[in-house]
Amino acid sequence: MTDVVVEPVLRQGFTVGQYLICLRGIMWREALRFVHQRERFVSALVRPLVWLFIFAAGFRQILGVSIIPPYETYVLYEVYVTPGLIAMIQLFNGMQSSLSMVYDREMGNMRMLLVSPFPRWFLLVSKLLASTAVSILQVAAFLVVATLWGVDLPPWSFLTVFPALILCGLMLGALGMLLSSVIKQLENFAGVMNFVIFPMFFASSALYPLWLVQQSSPVVYFICRINPFTYGIELIRFSLYGKLDPVALAVVVVVTTVFTIGAIVAYDPARGLLVRRGGGPG
Amino acid sequence: MGRRGGGPMIAPALSVAGVSHAYGTRKALDDVTLTVEQGQFTALLGLNGAGKTTLLSLVTRLFDTRTGSISVLGNRIDRDPGAALRQLGVVFQARTLDLDLSVKDNLLFHAALHGIGGREARQRMLQVLEDVSLANRKGDKARLLSGGQMRRVEIARALLHRPRLLVLDEPTVGLDVESKLAIVTHVRTLVRQHGVAVLWTTHLLDEIEPSDNVVILHQGKRMAAGLLSDVVAQTGANSLRGAFASLTGSRDAPA
Repeated sequence: MTDVVVEPVLRQGFTVGQYLICLRGIMWREALRFVHQRERFVSALVRPLVWLFIFAAGFRQILGVSIIPPYETYVLYEVYVTPGLIAMIQLFNGMQSSLSMVYDREMGNMRMLLVSPFPRWFLLVSKLLASTAVSILQVAAFLVVATLWGVDLPPWSFLTVFPALILCGLMLGALGMLLSSVIKQLENFAGVMNFVIFPMFFASSALYPLWLVQQSSPVVYFICRINPFTYGIELIRFSLYGKLDPVALAVVVVVTTVFTIGAIVAYDPARGLLVRRGGGPG
Repeated sequence: MGRRGGGPMIAPALSVAGVSHAYGTRKALDDVTLTVEQGQFTALLGLNGAGKTTLLSLVTRLFDTRTGSISVLGNRIDRDPGAALRQLGVVFQARTLDLDLSVKDNLLFHAALHGIGGREARQRMLQVLEDVSLANRKGDKARLLSGGQMRRVEIARALLHRPRLLVLDEPTVGLDVESKLAIVTHVRTLVRQHGVAVLWTTHLLDEIEPSDNVVILHQGKRMAAGLLSDVVAQTGANSLRGAFASLTGSRDAPA
């Protein structure tokens, strides 16, 4: 073996400034892609608005929402459903960026990301932050329209919900990233819709308060309870009113951490699943 | 791009030692050893399925090397990936430009991935584009480029962080004769004038010159390595085509 390793060339790390350049570059690219893919933005906005304009209008008469925290008065159904729709925007965005990672990996953009000399965990976390930032832009646009539509939110809610949006966006982005590394056939979005988005969305507190669910089906209630998406929604719901749901916060933080570490491990060439999945041609 | 001075031993640009890799039970690489010296053009020759892309996936650390070791300029890719990847420029076989982004933004994104930002990044972006005569297309979306132009941008991008080793996976596949020639000429100039080491995988024999080093890969095994003329002489053939055919046992040698 020619293993008489001689003095390696240029062994030096990156400065903090260079890490920031890298992070900014990854976020900038995500933002550019978002701007250039206008259909993606429009559909990200139209989807929750359809729910708000049509579904909520129909449901308003059927479903009475009693006073439950964080609400201090009876609220209209569209007020109740708004946090769920915000979380839905982030759920779709998280899944879409995971899908684009699979697509990227095939197409090669992901490969370019992975041959960067920066540590892989840093690249993946940067990518997560970038997709979260994009989801927050989508949420902001949605909130503006919802407010104009007459959904009554506290004036400062835009600010208080911000940290919750970061956490929830990271959680759902990390979930998507983990899925993109472990699920082999994720090419079609219909599959993701059926097996990830719909179950998570419907078996949560997005559309109906959990006490109502509990009355009709303890099993579904249990599923809603163990669905991390529920806690993302509740974190957003409470923070819109400047309140904190500590359980939701704890669950979201723990789940985000677990999903993120899982994704980093899955994308680590030494331990990851890419090898075992046997990607790549001969 | 300065060459490394003196020293008792100079680390090869790329050193692959005893590398094997399997997809499940299918063995894609079997105990492959090869060296690319600094400032040298080495062609990795093999038919489709010979293991060329697998080898490059290992060199670029998309997969982990489980058997054997790979070093770039003396930096082990598994132990010190950051240092190794810094010295490495890659052009993948698949297109890897972001088609929705402009040429400029593609290159600046790559610069950021190497910790290069601001004015420095813009200067390098312009310079590498000029080297491939595409500076006038910097504002165009990558989608609008021809296949050959995309390839040239990819090569420009791979050189933006000034690597000492450039690895290209079948860079001329699907290109017309003229684009192909432009790319081969450009890469050979890089070797001659800038001392960049190049590992060029191909199944096209006409891209190889007599003074090149070649490594012939067949069904995951290294069949021969060395100066083209030596490899041909060893096999007793009178041309690379003949040598290739006798080494790989294939009657239908590549083009």
